[in-house]
Amino acid sequence: MTEISKTLAETCDRLFSNLINNDVLRETELAVWPDPIWQQIEENGLTFAMVNENHGGSGIKWIDCFQIIYWSGYYSVPVPLVETMVSSWFLSQHNQAPPKGVITFFCDGKPLDLIESNNSYKISGIIERIPWGASADYVLAEAYNSNKQVYVLLDAKKSKIVKDKNISGESRDSMTFDKASPMTVIDISDAFRSNSLLVYAALARSVQMSGGISAILDNCISYSREREQFGQPIAKFQAIQHQLAILAAEAAAAKIASQIACRAADLIDVSSGLEFEVATAKIRAGESAGLAASIGHQVHGAIGFTDEYSLHYITRRLWSWRSEYGSESYWARRMGKEVIAGGADNLWADITARL
Amino acid sequence: MQAFNLDLCDLPPGVDVLREEVRSFLFETLGSYSKPNRARSWSAFDADFSGRLGDRGWLGMTWPEPYGSSRSALERYIVIEELLAFGAPVAAHWIGERQSGPLLLRFGSDKQQEKLLPGIASGKSFFCIGMSEPNSGSDLASINTHAKRDNDGWVVNGQKIWTTYAQKCHYMIALVRTSGSVKDRHDGLSQLIINLRDPGITISPIRNMIGDKEFNEVKFDNVFVSDSMLVGEEGNGWQQVIAELAFERSGPDRFLSAYRLMVELIRMFHKTEDKHAEVAIGRLTAHLVTLRQMSLAVAAVLETGEQPTIEATVIKDLGVAFEQLIPEIAHDLINVAPNILHGSDYEKSLAYIQQACVSFSLRGGTTEILRSVIARGLGLR
Ligand SMILES: Cc1cc2nc3c(=O)[nH]c(=O)nc-3n(C[C@H](O)[C@H](O)[C@H](O)COP(=O)(O)OP(=O)(O)OC[C@H]3O[C@@H](n4cnc5c(N)ncnc54)[C@H](O)[C@@H]3O)c2cc1C
Repeated sequence: MTEISKTLAETCDRLFSNLINNDVLRETELAVWPDPIWQQIEENGLTFAMVNENHGGSGIKWIDCFQIIYWSGYYSVPVPLVETMVSSWFLSQHNQAPPKGVITFFCDGKPLDLIESNNSYKISGIIERIPWGASADYVLAEAYNSNKQVYVLLDAKKSKIVKDKNISGESRDSMTFDKASPMTVIDISDAFRSNSLLVYAALARSVQMSGGISAILDNCISYSREREQFGQPIAKFQAIQHQLAILAAEAAAAKIASQIACRAADLIDVSSGLEFEVATAKIRAGESAGLAASIGHQVHGAIGFTDEYSLHYITRRLWSWRSEYGSESYWARRMGKEVIAGGADNLWADITARL
Repeated sequence: MQAFNLDLCDLPPGVDVLREEVRSFLFETLGSYSKPNRARSWSAFDADFSGRLGDRGWLGMTWPEPYGSSRSALERYIVIEELLAFGAPVAAHWIGERQSGPLLLRFGSDKQQEKLLPGIASGKSFFCIGMSEPNSGSDLASINTHAKRDNDGWVVNGQKIWTTYAQKCHYMIALVRTSGSVKDRHDGLSQLIINLRDPGITISPIRNMIGDKEFNEVKFDNVFVSDSMLVGEEGNGWQQVIAELAFERSGPDRFLSAYRLMVELIRMFHKTEDKHAEVAIGRLTAHLVTLRQMSLAVAAVLETGEQPTIEATVIKDLGVAFEQLIPEIAHDLINVAPNILHGSDYEKSLAYIQQACVSFSLRGGTTEILRSVIARGLGLR
């Protein structure tokens, strides 16, 4: 681990564990925007961690920012930190100074249409399942300008919102724009031609999942040592031990898989794109997430099924995150197509050429 | 709290050259080696091929001079993953190079090193592992084979079983009881290097369910072993065995054993569009890429001299599950009943792996035992 990674890990572990608790998580699920938490996170510079230095950010690499995203997943941070980080980075990579505030994104549906009239652009249309659309200041959205794919930064407050939530009660709103003027229109740079925003969104969810899975593991370890049945801690039963061994292995796999994708994201000018690594991360972390959630609940018994106990904040997130920005089978199909087209005898050379 | 730590490692610069060298060597020496033979992976024994690897300096390459060339663990990793991905017949030297050599380097005497390491590194002398016995499998500490003091050596009596390629190897490193009795468990065990040509040894191959003769029963009837062949300290055998098993559990052999079937499976979908196949092959690839990086991460930790025992165990557990998944997915995707005599390369590869893979979760410690080791690492036991 690099020094930056270590520092970020310590900072985020401490910061998030101080900020987040069951009460916070319960309230945000009732659609209360936890402004003090957002303020603290912003003040700590986390939203701008990946933004280039000339845009006022810290220019930290993905492989180091892995720590921020991982720990935000570990603690179920209930604000769009990850969405803001990724959007701000994406803007900065396209030579746009990102604004302060909450930035969410849209990249997994039919792109918006950009209409040119009187030398200015207008956007009309509806985008759905937008993380914290109702609380966001801006939304970075995929759009089409004639036949060309572009990104637009929109003022979120100019949209009509219909609130919704994912399985874990995280805000996933629909936003309707009616002849809104985009604040910026971005042509995709060459480096990003094969890596759409969806790729980075999927990457971010993979890292969050790996954090969440580790949280379940830690939770299960401490719970199984405390909970006694038949006169001994349930951790002493081999059946429980083996379930937790499986969980530990899955946690390690999810973590490495998402690090693989972060490392690749730091080399964005690789002409072949980083779909391969992101698919690896999203598939592997997604599979582990499902398993971790079931093992987590099985080991906890009835208490884990209560609203009171914290386990569900993370297991429900994992079920949401694994299906957002491409499920395992979505990414597996993209990857499998490539592998088959690449030819059986070239797979090994391809894998080893990619580190 | 973090249960354990595995972080991504970067390969040192320059390994691409080494990788290319290995690839062209394989192409030259084994260009016409058949696909079904390749599916046998590290079970195929070819003394000649091992000798050639030795000539290239690719055996024991991490060992210090004069035995090896002090290359890094990651460089060795590159060589062995290329051998496995190709499906080269590496069984002859595999155990010696992976396990016995490193064990001797760590615990062996100068004399033993001088006598035995050059043979391993040149791919000429082959080793097998004498741990299991008829009544001692997972419960290895319960072994009965014993060695009694006799002047300047030991007299060994007892029986080992499942000893892979004992019939073709020169030496066995055997775990034996040198003092106390079975109820002393981990105390009183020692490791002896036994020359398998010595009098009193009877080796009988046991035909496995695939029809191959790989593992053996090895009987010892008053076999004399000189003091100079005791590895490390008398009575320290258990600790040494545990260290030895760590060398065994995290390498690419722990997830590439069925790779050649994966290749043949992918070939079957050449120029076709099949949604199920795409999804399944994508998933397998994601597992493969992840396992490889986990295993590399452990290799990098080993390089620092640390013993990532738990992490290594995790890789074997996940790796075996992946290997065993491949024939299941193949069966699921392709509607054919494999024929073993005149079937296609795919059929023969599937037929072999389908049968062989049940042993992957037994050899080197069963899945259940591995999970208990991991659980101990998690502080549950
Ligand atoms: C192909 C092959 C090659 C081999 N090569 C070698 C070799 O070269 N040298 C050598 O020494 N050995 C070798 N072995 C032996 C191997 O190490 C043993 O098979 C293994 O240790 C398991 O022992 P066992 O077969 O006696 O099974 P057992 O120990 O009898 O186990 C049977 C079942 O019970 C389970 N079990 C046992 N104890 C426990 C427990 N405490 N908790 C939960 N479950 C438990 C096991 O997991 C397994 O599922 C080889 C085996 C195979 C299959």
